[in-house]
Amino acid sequence: MLLSETTNPGGVFSLVPWIVFFPVIGLLINLLFGKRLGEKFIGTVASLASGAAFAVSAALFFALQANHGHPVVVPFLEWIHIGDLAIDWAFRVDTLSVTMMLVVSGIGTLIHIYAAGYMHYDVQYKEDPASYVRFFIYLNLFIAMMMILISGDNYLMLFVGWEGVGLCSFLLIGFWFNRSPDGTPGTGNSYAAKKAFIANRVGDFGFLMAIFTTFWVTHSLQFDEVFHHFEEGLVPEWAIWAIALFMLLGVTGKSAQIPLYVWLPDAMAGPTPVSALIHAATMVTAGVYLITRSAPVFSAIPEVQGVVATIGAVTALFAATIAVGQFDIKKVLAYSTVSQLGFMVAAVGMGAYAAGMFHLVTHAFFKALLFLGSGSVILAVERGHHPIGEDAHGHDHHDDHHGHDDHGHAFDPQDMRNMGGLRHKIPWTFWTYMMGTLALAGIPIWAGFFSKDEILTDALHFSLPIYIILTLAAFLTAFYMGRQVWLVFFGEPRSHGAEAAKESPRAMLIPLVVLAALSVLGGFMNFPTTHQFGHWLEYTLGHFYHATQFNANVALGSTAFALAAIYLSWLVYGQKPRQTVKEADPLEKALPGIFEGMQAKWWLDDIYEEAIIKPYQRLAAFLADVVDWRFWHDWFHERVLRDGFFGLTRFLANPVDLGVIDGIANGLARAAQGSAAALSILQTGFVRNYALWVFVGVVLILGTLIFR
Amino acid sequence: MVPVEYYVGLSAILFTLGVVGVLTRRNAIIIFMSIELMLNSANLLFVAFARTFEALNGQIFVFFVMTVAAAEVAVGLALIVAVFRSKSSINIDDVNSLRG
Repeated sequence: MLLSETTNPGGVFSLVPWIVFFPVIGLLINLLFGKRLGEKFIGTVASLASGAAFAVSAALFFALQANHGHPVVVPFLEWIHIGDLAIDWAFRVDTLSVTMMLVVSGIGTLIHIYAAGYMHYDVQYKEDPASYVRFFIYLNLFIAMMMILISGDNYLMLFVGWEGVGLCSFLLIGFWFNRSPDGTPGTGNSYAAKKAFIANRVGDFGFLMAIFTTFWVTHSLQFDEVFHHFEEGLVPEWAIWAIALFMLLGVTGKSAQIPLYVWLPDAMAGPTPVSALIHAATMVTAGVYLITRSAPVFSAIPEVQGVVATIGAVTALFAATIAVGQFDIKKVLAYSTVSQLGFMVAAVGMGAYAAGMFHLVTHAFFKALLFLGSGSVILAVERGHHPIGEDAHGHDHHDDHHGHDDHGHAFDPQDMRNMGGLRHKIPWTFWTYMMGTLALAGIPIWAGFFSKDEILTDALHFSLPIYIILTLAAFLTAFYMGRQVWLVFFGEPRSHGAEAAKESPRAMLIPLVVLAALSVLGGFMNFPTTHQFGHWLEYTLGHFYHATQFNANVALGSTAFALAAIYLSWLVYGQKPRQTVKEADPLEKALPGIFEGMQAKWWLDDIYEEAIIKPYQRLAAFLADVVDWRFWHDWFHERVLRDGFFGLTRFLANPVDLGVIDGIANGLARAAQGSAAALSILQTGFVRNYALWVFVGVVLILGTLIFR
Repeated sequence: MVPVEYYVGLSAILFTLGVVGVLTRRNAIIIFMSIELMLNSANLLFVAFARTFEALNGQIFVFFVMTVAAAEVAVGLALIVAVFRSKSSINIDDVNSLRG
């Protein structure tokens, strides 16, 4: 990577801080005035703030094109200056960061618009309309933080954004913190938020260690300087291993890879736009971005690449199997996200940085679309089940049974078993959802086909086992998406909610349509013959870029697998649709043990519970009870400190103070008294006695003077 | 001419008489007289040595001593009168109010 010109280029590039400050302005307006202004105003301000950031990103894109892709660093603020160490808040504008900016602000804006419609209902169902503004404040904060992450010019600034998006993720997962994921009052959502935060903390520890090690060996955190060290071979091998593996730990946390992926499925507790924006399209891809940004680190040792690729591939397959066994519409998509992130991590691990980034972008399109679509489905079912506001006319039943059906069981509008036959009820949602499904399944000309295919082709060149694992994962991807579509949209409605489902408002449908178009067409930006996207990234990646040659066999194979999987899913779920809610899943009969495992997430959460959380709690209990309470409190503080102190004070008070100090004082007084009493004998009151003493004195003095 | 040693001897005798008088008598008037005796023994020495060394300093000093003695008598007698008025006695042992 070439050292980029660090002089201030002026012009359009000097606008780059606004990608952070537009969202900040938006959130400040909502923070200060949101409570007094209506939902329309709040949604508009937030969307405009994000849209303005997108406009700036687009301007940067064109400026960068005019600049022939040369990276530009825009200094902004001096941050840490200690001796020779200088860490500034500088914005790095290169093809990689601008790609991320466009994705984050573009999809972010669409999701803002969607959320303006979605949250209108959600706050009513959660009976807390005042939270509407809070949602958009968090959402704008997230955009700002994500922009800091991707535009930072050094690892520390990247880390600031990394932590910032983690905070926003926490806040938004726990947005309905006084409820459980099924909508009933409880602590489930806060538990999920806490889980996400703690799992990410483990990853952040890894990232921090990587930063420390980097600074230790390169004495810098600025990207160009650090990478210069790596490319010159100035970094010892152990340090490369340490940095890469610690960084990988950070990636597994943020990008939900084995072993830290467990937080992402639980993160679905957040409102659906959050799942789309943060937990599918943008934040979770930060790890992929980090690896791509750190290409010189990861490419330095082939074995490191192997480790990264293996983790990604195994995650991709593992999560895909779990997705097959889920009934919650968002959980399926969550595990699908983990799986697709596995694809990306595998790709960047193999050194196919452009392929990984390409999949990141297309995945952002179709997974955001799928999540938003699922939100639209959930809302449609919920509005059918329990009409409120303008929907309620003519539906006066169910009104005081919010969240409960007539038998008193909690009605879960996210459970696919409660759905069915929705394609006629909500056609817009259905058709856009289909676009996302086909893109994710990897059907040709849809975006996912091109990006996934590139990864598979690279995998074939890299290592056969990884290719096989990824192909299997791709097969399962098509299968679980087919299963979802048959369950949700086909067959007959299986509940009152699905029966009376209502199409979502226009604010929600427009983003769906735009994203659907992107999911269809997005693949063409890196068409195998032109590699435009790849060449665009080449400006940043330099010699780490390689164009993936189109491999017809791989493409045909993966297409065949995808079609076969969809056909198989039709055989299992589509041919004879599920009739009732309670019915067992057909796979449960066909693959008894395996389906149970997939449904139970391979018991990994339980294993974590038993292997890590319980021992940890026992350790915590031991530390609290034995070490803290009995040792520190009872013994050290009570016995040693308190009693020791008392003993010392008693010693100082009685023998020392009363005995010695007072003894000296009293002794002096008594001595003065005694000597005074003795001398007062001399004061007889008779002048002649005094005169006698004077005389004696004179005689003595004269005597000494004379007889000296 | 009488040798100076006789004058010194006489002066010593007078001074000793004065000291003994001051230390042993209780009557304030007599103590006063004893003090005058000591002063005059000193005057005698002044005059005697002045003659011996033929220097006028001693003779002149005697005038000062006599002047001081006269002033002292005036103050002392006034004190004695004042004491007598409050104590009806000039016994020096009765004047012991400052005793510790």
